Amino acid sequence: MKIKFFTILGLLFFTSYCINAQTNAVVEKVRQKLALVNDYVAEGVMKTDVSFIKASLGKVKIYYKKPNLIKVKKDGGISLLPKGGVSITMNSLLNTDQYIAIASGKQVYNGKNLEVYKLVPTDDQLEWVISTLWIDPVESLVYKTFTTTKENGSFEITMEYGAFASYGLPSKIIFGFNTKDYKLPNGITLEFGDEAPISKEKAKKNKKGTIEITYTKYTINKGVSNANF
Amino acid sequence: MWSIIQIELYKIYKRPRTYIAFGAIAALIWVIQMGLKIDGEAYAAFLMKDINNTLIVDGKVLNGYLICYILLQLLLVHVPLLVALIAADMLSGEANLGTLRLLFTTPYSRTQWVLAKFIAASIYTILLLIWLAALALFLSMYIFGTDDLFLMKSNYVVLIETQDVFWRYVGAFVFASFSLLTVTALGFLMSSLANNSIGPIVATISAIVFFTILSTLNIPLFNVVKPYLFTTHMNNWKEFFDIQVTENNEAISGSILNIQKIKTSLLVLSIHIFLFVGASVWIMKKKDVLS
Amino acid sequence: MSIIKVGSLCKNFGNLEAVKDLSFEVNEGEIFGFLGQNGSGKSTTIRMLLSLIHPTSGHIEIFGQDIIAHRNNIAKKMGAIIERPDLYPYLTAKEHLQLFAKLSQKKITVSQIEHTLQQVGLSNRASDKTQTFSLGMKQRLGIAIALVHQPELVILDEPTNGLDPQGIADIRHLIKDLAQKEGKTILVSSHLLTEIEQMAHQILIIHQGKKIALGPTATLLDPAKSLMKLMTANDLLAKEKITASEFAAYVLDREEGIYFSIPTEKIAALHQFIVTAGIPIVSLESKRSLEDYFLQITSQSN
Repeated sequence: MKIKFFTILGLLFFTSYCINAQTNAVVEKVRQKLALVNDYVAEGVMKTDVSFIKASLGKVKIYYKKPNLIKVKKDGGISLLPKGGVSITMNSLLNTDQYIAIASGKQVYNGKNLEVYKLVPTDDQLEWVISTLWIDPVESLVYKTFTTTKENGSFEITMEYGAFASYGLPSKIIFGFNTKDYKLPNGITLEFGDEAPISKEKAKKNKKGTIEITYTKYTINKGVSNANF
Repeated sequence: MWSIIQIELYKIYKRPRTYIAFGAIAALIWVIQMGLKIDGEAYAAFLMKDINNTLIVDGKVLNGYLICYILLQLLLVHVPLLVALIAADMLSGEANLGTLRLLFTTPYSRTQWVLAKFIAASIYTILLLIWLAALALFLSMYIFGTDDLFLMKSNYVVLIETQDVFWRYVGAFVFASFSLLTVTALGFLMSSLANNSIGPIVATISAIVFFTILSTLNIPLFNVVKPYLFTTHMNNWKEFFDIQVTENNEAISGSILNIQKIKTSLLVLSIHIFLFVGASVWIMKKKDVLS
Repeated sequence: MSIIKVGSLCKNFGNLEAVKDLSFEVNEGEIFGFLGQNGSGKSTTIRMLLSLIHPTSGHIEIFGQDIIAHRNNIAKKMGAIIERPDLYPYLTAKEHLQLFAKLSQKKITVSQIEHTLQQVGLSNRASDKTQTFSLGMKQRLGIAIALVHQPELVILDEPTNGLDPQGIADIRHLIKDLAQKEGKTILVSSHLLTEIEQMAHQILIIHQGKKIALGPTATLLDPAKSLMKLMTANDLLAKEKITASEFAAYVLDREEGIYFSIPTEKIAALHQFIVTAGIPIVSLESKRSLEDYFLQITSQSN
């Protein structure tokens, strides 16, 4: 009986090890692909879609440097970025191996068969608590992540790939995040007019905001000065 | 007619009182600019408290364009009072001095005099506005530089790109000139009703304060009369700084959210100017100059 | 030729009839004296001549043109000061003249402006702001403003207000010169009646808005009746005796002294009556000035 119990337990451990090894392999492949990129400067167009913000499309430059330096700069303008969200790109998420990846099934997403993995960090110093990755195991590309951070809430990032898929770099990235209420007293804004308040329904519906960057150009591994961050 | 306008401008130029308004505007702007230069970041942080819960605003928020907007918000409430100081004195001040009767014995009709005085007062008002623009806009642009205009309204935020801002200020200043000319015309009307300087000035300022209160209080009873009050429309220069968005919530560069509102306000203000000046001419033509 | 023609002029302020049915004419080149006590309607009339006040009824013609229809044309040829000198405190004397010269729509040269300043004795203060001027100096500048555009008709309302005796004499000479040497027509009002007496060719006296006398100065000052003032050792007794006598009808109602408006041929009889009544006479003198005449006329009117 005892032997039987240990055999089963041993089998279980073995199976889970085998599964883990396999799942880690998918994530690891992605990680290795991303590791090819030491730095990049990308140009793109940023679109902010938050219910209480009216902003036009803006040209942006994105600077990245290993291990986790990232900066989005609008060309001489003011940029609005999800709080803490930008630093959680794929590159920064997977620039460590201090995590456990757990396979969480498969899903068809945008016509692609994706595998879902949950990543739990083993390093307490990491900013994020848990992250779910939707990975195409064939191309080793991540199409979607949902990350919960320690301080800045949860956000969703979806990606589309194009010319730089071989580096694991997206052609389009959409940050989705929850927005909080925005309201400034009239006494401060000195607006006493008949400004139509955003309807409750619309406000509720728009509690989610997105920031979308469409990349037009990447310059990869040509060196980026620290002064840009 | 031009020669009596020149004479009226000459008199305005020679009066010490003329320069009070210019000095007051310069002092107010200077104080606000210095305050924001020294402690502006704290002010911006206070304004952006709610925004910062969700987003990081990266860039020079406190630039010349925003400073100008803040200045205009504060000053366009007070400048009418300074305009009243001159406009409400144009007729009654001379009636008080006794010089009005000298003017009315010259070979110019009363209508010509009243219109010349209104035009002169209007030129003064425009000059005051240009002075305001020079200090609030150009000096702020010089001191704080320019960047996108990140405008925090009561219920939402508007981000207008740098190259899309300046023309809006030109529009806002042109609109503001209509607002201030309405005040000039009101002061003028009050001035035609009295023979002393202080009465019309106080009456004009009181009227502006009274109507501004009616315009700003959100009480259903007042809401009925609001559309007809010039004070309601005077503040609509702000409409130049609201922008249309597409269905995808993309701001359309170069657009104005509610251009019709601006047009309506300009029309209402123009009607007020016409009525106030028309009434002044009528009153002065009928008036026996007894002072 | 009549420069000013006023016919049946009336002005009411509410229930108050300020000017009642006033008619007169002012001839070219004459100095026309306009007399009246304060509140008599004198200034109201002058303001109507200047179209500052709209008449209730009646008509005014100046230079043969209706004042309402041709106001601007008339104003070009007219200069005026009204009651008190009204000036801009922040402008200098010269700036005032430049300003009003420009307003006249005539080409006035710098030397003409300087000449006008000289005429009123303000050359040495030409560049001073009027806020530093005394009342007399302001009055002189007021006259200069009225004259700067070389008008044909000058209307001066109380022009000697605030002037010292020398100033009054200067202005009197100036007015006479303007009429005699430059042929200007001048309508002048004053409460200093002796001034009018010394320069006016014709005099109009109004009281409570009504004309009570109009005519050449010489005629008005040489009436059939004489104004006599009696001073006695006992005025009370004298008044009592006179009241009971045939001379009672000639006594004027005066608070001080005993005045008579009496036919010249009865003066001797009056003198005789008082002596006979045993009242010692201190003096019985003829009052010939315009002021006394004015008092006489207005008392009768009362």
